[in-house]
Amino acid sequence: MAETADQFFVILQHWLVGHAPASLQAILSALLSVAAILGVFASLFAITTVFERKGLGRMQNRYGPNRVGPFGFLQPLADGIKSLTKEDIVPQSADKVVHFLAPMMLVLAAFSLYAVLPIGRNMVLADLDAGVLFFFAVSSVMELTIFMAGWSSRNRYSLLGGMRAIAQMISYEVPLILTTVTVIMATGSLSTVTIVAKQAGYTGIVPHWFVFTPWGFAGFVLFMIASLAESNRSPFDLPEGESEIIAGYYVEYSGFKFALFFLGEYLGMFAISGLGITLFLGGWGAPLPFLAWVPSYLWFFAKLLAIIFFFIWVRGTLPRLRMDQLMNFAWKFMLPMALMNLVTAGVWHFLPQGVLRWIVCGLLVVVPYVVLGRGLMQDSKLGKRVYRFAE
Amino acid sequence: MLFTIFAILTVAGAAAAMSLRNLVHSVLALTVAFAGLAAVYLQLGAQFIGLAQILVYVGAVAILIVFAILLTRDNVAHPEPTGGSFWMASGAVALTIFGILAWAIHRSAASRPLASSQPEATMQQIGSAMMLRFALPLEIVGLLLTAALIGAVTIALREKKETR
Repeated sequence: MAETADQFFVILQHWLVGHAPASLQAILSALLSVAAILGVFASLFAITTVFERKGLGRMQNRYGPNRVGPFGFLQPLADGIKSLTKEDIVPQSADKVVHFLAPMMLVLAAFSLYAVLPIGRNMVLADLDAGVLFFFAVSSVMELTIFMAGWSSRNRYSLLGGMRAIAQMISYEVPLILTTVTVIMATGSLSTVTIVAKQAGYTGIVPHWFVFTPWGFAGFVLFMIASLAESNRSPFDLPEGESEIIAGYYVEYSGFKFALFFLGEYLGMFAISGLGITLFLGGWGAPLPFLAWVPSYLWFFAKLLAIIFFFIWVRGTLPRLRMDQLMNFAWKFMLPMALMNLVTAGVWHFLPQGVLRWIVCGLLVVVPYVVLGRGLMQDSKLGKRVYRFAE
Repeated sequence: MLFTIFAILTVAGAAAAMSLRNLVHSVLALTVAFAGLAAVYLQLGAQFIGLAQILVYVGAVAILIVFAILLTRDNVAHPEPTGGSFWMASGAVALTIFGILAWAIHRSAASRPLASSQPEATMQQIGSAMMLRFALPLEIVGLLLTAALIGAVTIALREKKETR
């Protein structure tokens, strides 16, 4: 019974494809998977916008959307209709073709990211030998589309936002990929399916997820910080800082193209969180051995929603970084920590199992963290802020 | 069939990169050519090279060129037509180089059709080759690139001090 529930969608797909003539089966099977990904993640986007606005509202002591439908849960529908019926304004001096192509390519690239994410047991569109490499290759295309949007609008603010976005994404891609390398070292494979498979099994009730090792924990924290920056989320949302450069690279987009940017950004966020789950949180694996009867895809989406809520929480809590703080943090803290983490993963691999390896690797993570933190905080004068006139 | 599409995409992208007036448009057209080339690699079954091509060329080199263009000059379209008096000379040079390359490739052993089916290198094989057999060359390249990076930063820093 549990087996059937777990494989329900796989069986359904096989059953549907079985009705088609043999020559069309491969194409039909791929089309069904693509349609499922499009439908599921687009609706996840709609749900997330409501949760985000309501969650932020709660944190800021207000209600959030509560007019459309029960508890405001039909708000995305109203937003969608609104953006579809709005006039699509293209600035006169804008580069029409590039301006048109940018949002399309962004959404296309964002959806392609899901091709290699294992959503459940046997539920992956393409089990590529170089899955992780594919993910990063496609996400680098997203950077280019953001530049295209910022440049083609012929607006100083959007160009500034685009350049900020690219500088930030390139800087944080380095620690992001370096932390990913630790997992690749541990599993010896770039395939996302193999990475999930290597994290199966339990010691007592603790699953063999990489986040439960010293290097995996440090790697997961670094990965999450870098993925916040990669998806231009608060506190790294300088490229779209409303108060400084209005909305960054998509100032000049209106109507449905604006909605596409919104969609692309959220899809990128889900995808990179999904990769984080795959790499460090055991993919679709259950957190406790006696919960293994729950279908695997439910675990994946539970973990994904948990990370999304964490992102919303961070957005509601932390102030935006300044540009120099952003760059200093990336190059002076994240990069050395990621490099040290690489060494830690190697040491962990070669030390024999036991308490010793936990102590050594724990020290290898904690000591650089403390030393780096102390070193970077030395110059900054932190204390009670003194106001000259406000008090 | 697929190869024809990718080849047309690559050649058209490269041709557009040369002939477009707006430099940023040229970069975007060049990106199309890079992507077309990556598609050809992927079609040949070289997953690693194809994806690395996208990651490095589309993700890094194209953005590097864009930064260089935006930081060094106005992105106003160039008024004079591309080419000009050098058209004949550069065309002759290009044709000569193409001729030499085509001749060399045609003569070389690599162009002979292989009797056996082509060997397919898995990611694992590429990885262990780079990390074990070719570890030293890889590290030397890494050292060279780091030196270049430090050199570039040093030059940039000195310029900044002078202007202040």
